[in-house]
Amino acid sequence: MLAKRIIPCLDVDNGRVKKGVNFINLVDVGDPVQISASYEEQGADELVFLDITATTERRDTFKDVVMDISKEVFMPLTVGGGIRTVEDMQHLLQAGADKISLNSAALANPELIREGAQKFGNQCIVVAIDVKTDPVTGRCYAYTHGGRKKTERLAIEWAKEAVSLGAGELLVTSMDKDGTKSGFDIDLYRELGDAVDVPIIASGGAGTLQHFVDVFEQTKVTGALAASIFHFGEMTISDVKSELRKHGISVR
Amino acid sequence: MIAIVDYDAGNTFNVQKAFAHLGVDTVLTADPEVILNSDGVVLPGVGAFKAAMDTLVERKLVDVLKQVAEKNIPLLGICLGMQLLFDSSTEYGLTEGLGLIPGTVEALPADLGLMIPHMGWNQNLVKNHSSIFADVADREYTYFVHSYYAKCDDQYITTTADYGVDVPGIVERDSVYGMQFHPEKSAHVGLNLLRTFVERTKG
Repeated sequence: MLAKRIIPCLDVDNGRVKKGVNFINLVDVGDPVQISASYEEQGADELVFLDITATTERRDTFKDVVMDISKEVFMPLTVGGGIRTVEDMQHLLQAGADKISLNSAALANPELIREGAQKFGNQCIVVAIDVKTDPVTGRCYAYTHGGRKKTERLAIEWAKEAVSLGAGELLVTSMDKDGTKSGFDIDLYRELGDAVDVPIIASGGAGTLQHFVDVFEQTKVTGALAASIFHFGEMTISDVKSELRKHGISVR
Repeated sequence: MIAIVDYDAGNTFNVQKAFAHLGVDTVLTADPEVILNSDGVVLPGVGAFKAAMDTLVERKLVDVLKQVAEKNIPLLGICLGMQLLFDSSTEYGLTEGLGLIPGTVEALPADLGLMIPHMGWNQNLVKNHSSIFADVADREYTYFVHSYYAKCDDQYITTTADYGVDVPGIVERDSVYGMQFHPEKSAHVGLNLLRTFVERTKG
């Protein structure tokens, strides 16, 4: 049977890995190739790279980064950030990416999911959804722009539509939990797991080894993503995997 | 020199990068002369069986690949490239394959409650312990992405992965080898498998 996946996420700004809260107060974490290689060494199952570069020459820089990483690191690579057209997808896939992650552009133009899936296959298209609870209504909506812009789409409804358009996988971040280190949003992933039948990656809230155990034991997610706790050495991927193994959860 | 068969297969660049990382020279080619004079041949592939066979026919590569097998030049099919080694596939109607390993390619059963495609890291269990790949693959996880799988006699199956059914991970017959998973995406295990194939091309 398939192993549960542990996935570090790297925010790439101008060719460097950075980390901040909601894309502000960015701290330099290091060189993407070196960091990717060290995650491979620790046993990462996949890597996600998000282009957060704000400048106009961004696309070429990011493409070069993807190319450099794919020469050194041999595991599935998902890339996202600012992808708006099928041509953007094609360039990144040619550079060495295996999967394309769509977020704001898919919400603005859901047909982009269908176009990408038809050209490259469903397995290639990941739809990333940033979910936040509306403080007034208490309902969960999809947000864009790092959680700053609310959309009118209910998260679960959008997830279902994305899958029906051809998304082969969902990367769902709980903005409520992100940065809190209080654990993954179990209720959200339970609800999602019942709503769609594609693999779901949980993101946001990981702070302890037990949080990873909880999300795999209590929900249907097949992958868990984290950034800061791995970047700043609070725990290694090997630590997470030994803990999961102790609980009888199959990992690589 | 290892020849990677050029037929717009999709995952070619990442396969080339993996060999480059191992320090092995490869050439991407559809030239029969180059292919038949190489030390080893790799048939990559992502996508649909029929479209791939059509391109191989169009580029007059079907007979070339059959000659590769007859001449005992080690041949490695990867993912769809592995499926093409068999007699036929039922993907979008019955399509004839290369017929280098007896067997058929069929859809993974949809009624097992498992997600299709079979996508992710799955564990290889060795069935043929005399294979050159046996020690490297034994109980190791490799990265799979596919919706169809090979059905063939046990004698051609080197490893299987459990996905409700036994999915052949590595298959082989004489000097013809196939990997359903992506060795070029399977971290150090994948690289070690490719290295083992390269050693095999040296005689």
